[in-house]
Amino acid sequence: MSIDANAKYAASHEYARLEGGIVVVGISDHAQAELGDIVFVELPAVGKTIAAGKTFGTVESVKAASDLYMPVSGTIVAVNESLQGDPALVNREPHAGGWMLKVQPSSLAEMDALMSAADYAKTVGEA
Amino acid sequence: MNLIQEPLAFELSSPGLVGCALPASDVPAAELPAGLARESLALPELDELTVVRHFTRLSQKNYSIDTNFYPLGSCTMKYNPKANEAAASAAGWRGAHPLAGDALTQGSLELICRLQASLAEIGGFAAVSLQPAAGAHGEFSGVLMIRDYLRAKGQTQRTTILIPDSAHGTNPASCTMAGFVTKTIPSGRDGNIDLKALAEALDDTVAGIMITNPNTVGLFERHITKIARMVHEAGGLVYGDGANMNALTGVFKPGKSGIDVMHFNLHKTFSTPHGGGGPGAGMVGAVKELAPYLPGPIAVRKGGKYALAMPEKSIGKVKAFYGNFGVLVRAYAYLRMEGADGLRRIAENSVLNANYLRARLEKAYPLKYKKGCMHEFVAMGDIAPGIHTLDIAKRLIDYGFHPPTIYFPLIVPEALMIEPTETEGKRQLDAFADALLAIAEEARTKPELLHAAPSTTPVGRLDEVAAARCPVLCYRG
Repeated sequence: MSIDANAKYAASHEYARLEGGIVVVGISDHAQAELGDIVFVELPAVGKTIAAGKTFGTVESVKAASDLYMPVSGTIVAVNESLQGDPALVNREPHAGGWMLKVQPSSLAEMDALMSAADYAKTVGEA
Repeated sequence: MNLIQEPLAFELSSPGLVGCALPASDVPAAELPAGLARESLALPELDELTVVRHFTRLSQKNYSIDTNFYPLGSCTMKYNPKANEAAASAAGWRGAHPLAGDALTQGSLELICRLQASLAEIGGFAAVSLQPAAGAHGEFSGVLMIRDYLRAKGQTQRTTILIPDSAHGTNPASCTMAGFVTKTIPSGRDGNIDLKALAEALDDTVAGIMITNPNTVGLFERHITKIARMVHEAGGLVYGDGANMNALTGVFKPGKSGIDVMHFNLHKTFSTPHGGGGPGAGMVGAVKELAPYLPGPIAVRKGGKYALAMPEKSIGKVKAFYGNFGVLVRAYAYLRMEGADGLRRIAENSVLNANYLRARLEKAYPLKYKKGCMHEFVAMGDIAPGIHTLDIAKRLIDYGFHPPTIYFPLIVPEALMIEPTETEGKRQLDAFADALLAIAEEARTKPELLHAAPSTTPVGRLDEVAAARCPVLCYRG
């Protein structure tokens, strides 16, 4: 199980990684492993503003369909179009090619409310 | 099981074969406009006998409650007495035309009227509408009733509906379609609604709560009257999802426990075969305050005659004509056959059967909630290294059983959800338990048997991931 030390994590298993003022959002390696083979990812339109804790999309695996929640509030500046054709990217590399959103955050202070990589590792029993 | 794989009708095709011989045309041929005529159309060309054999062989590969045990959790795949089929097929019902008018359909209207009254009695409701065609359709109708009731009271700020995480998956969809937003209420450690989380969620934006009782882990919501009181005190309403009514018939009246609106699945609890996509019936019942909002028309008796009428503040029609009438005939025949005592035995035996299986299996298949269940229970299938619930389910097919519901509800990891229903005898239950126990032993000693399963079917383990990611939906010759 890999945990991205540069990212912060929501209790609902999304990660948020700050890259030059933009927050990259996806789901953790633990989450993709629990979901199993992912077959569909539904993402919002670019330009939409969504508050922290609200759903931004859904991820569907052979086991279940699950809502995805915004780890921080902000405006969607990009979505990962590659996931349309190859949703398995989320299984193969959740922290890299399997990213879902790039978000212009409303307030960077919200990042402080998320778990550190070390704390998240503890909650999923990896530390 | 017929192990031979049946070819597609396209693969049986031979050029020039036809299933019928038409007489020579005795009228002049009309030319199609240019561009509309096709030289070739890739339809199979087959003779009648080949078609009959093809579809008969396919039908012999069907699995149904008439051939074997079907313990599909949350679906109540029980045996439905054939007498009810005979009743629904009677020429008088079958031939009645929906536009014949009240005077010529008194018998049909009387049946609807009597069934409404019986189901209102069973549910403890003031009135019932038989219009909705399925469970989720009933939910949607009920949520619209709640919306209109609150609007009439000027409570338009109530836009949220609370849904426990142990509810049926259709509940959030019904709320969203009706224009509400949903909020999930977690279960406590005992598998019942977390009352503290509920109390925190209740405010003046809450339109109501949707409760599935028994819930999807097969547990009775013990605090149902308290929950209803809390929601009512906060100004919300209580919707009951009656999909699991098979555990309660004749024992518990939801309408007397604080539930305001509720649907029952007639096609699950009240004797219509289902699982093939319909037709179903998701009747809605309501307490006195909500009854004027029921979808219509409903049947009423006036001056010794039966007629159709719209409830006073009805949300309107949700289905053409009278709902799915054949399902209503089966339900009525079933209720008359069972009577009050029979209905109680349905609930008692469905709970007894589930608990018998639970007790026989719980050592081999651990339970998340270790206590007595209602009509179904949820075990966990990761019983040996590298073994998942999917492997158990596939191996059950080799033993001749339909697999239980798997990976639902989501709050139980590796869920294996088993609902035997009341119509199975001890011999059948034991055969199923023996099969699952044998599979548990194989999981430890011969795991490859589980990973390779099923091996006794015309096609083996299907690639579900490829089917979902790259479905091929058209035959290309």
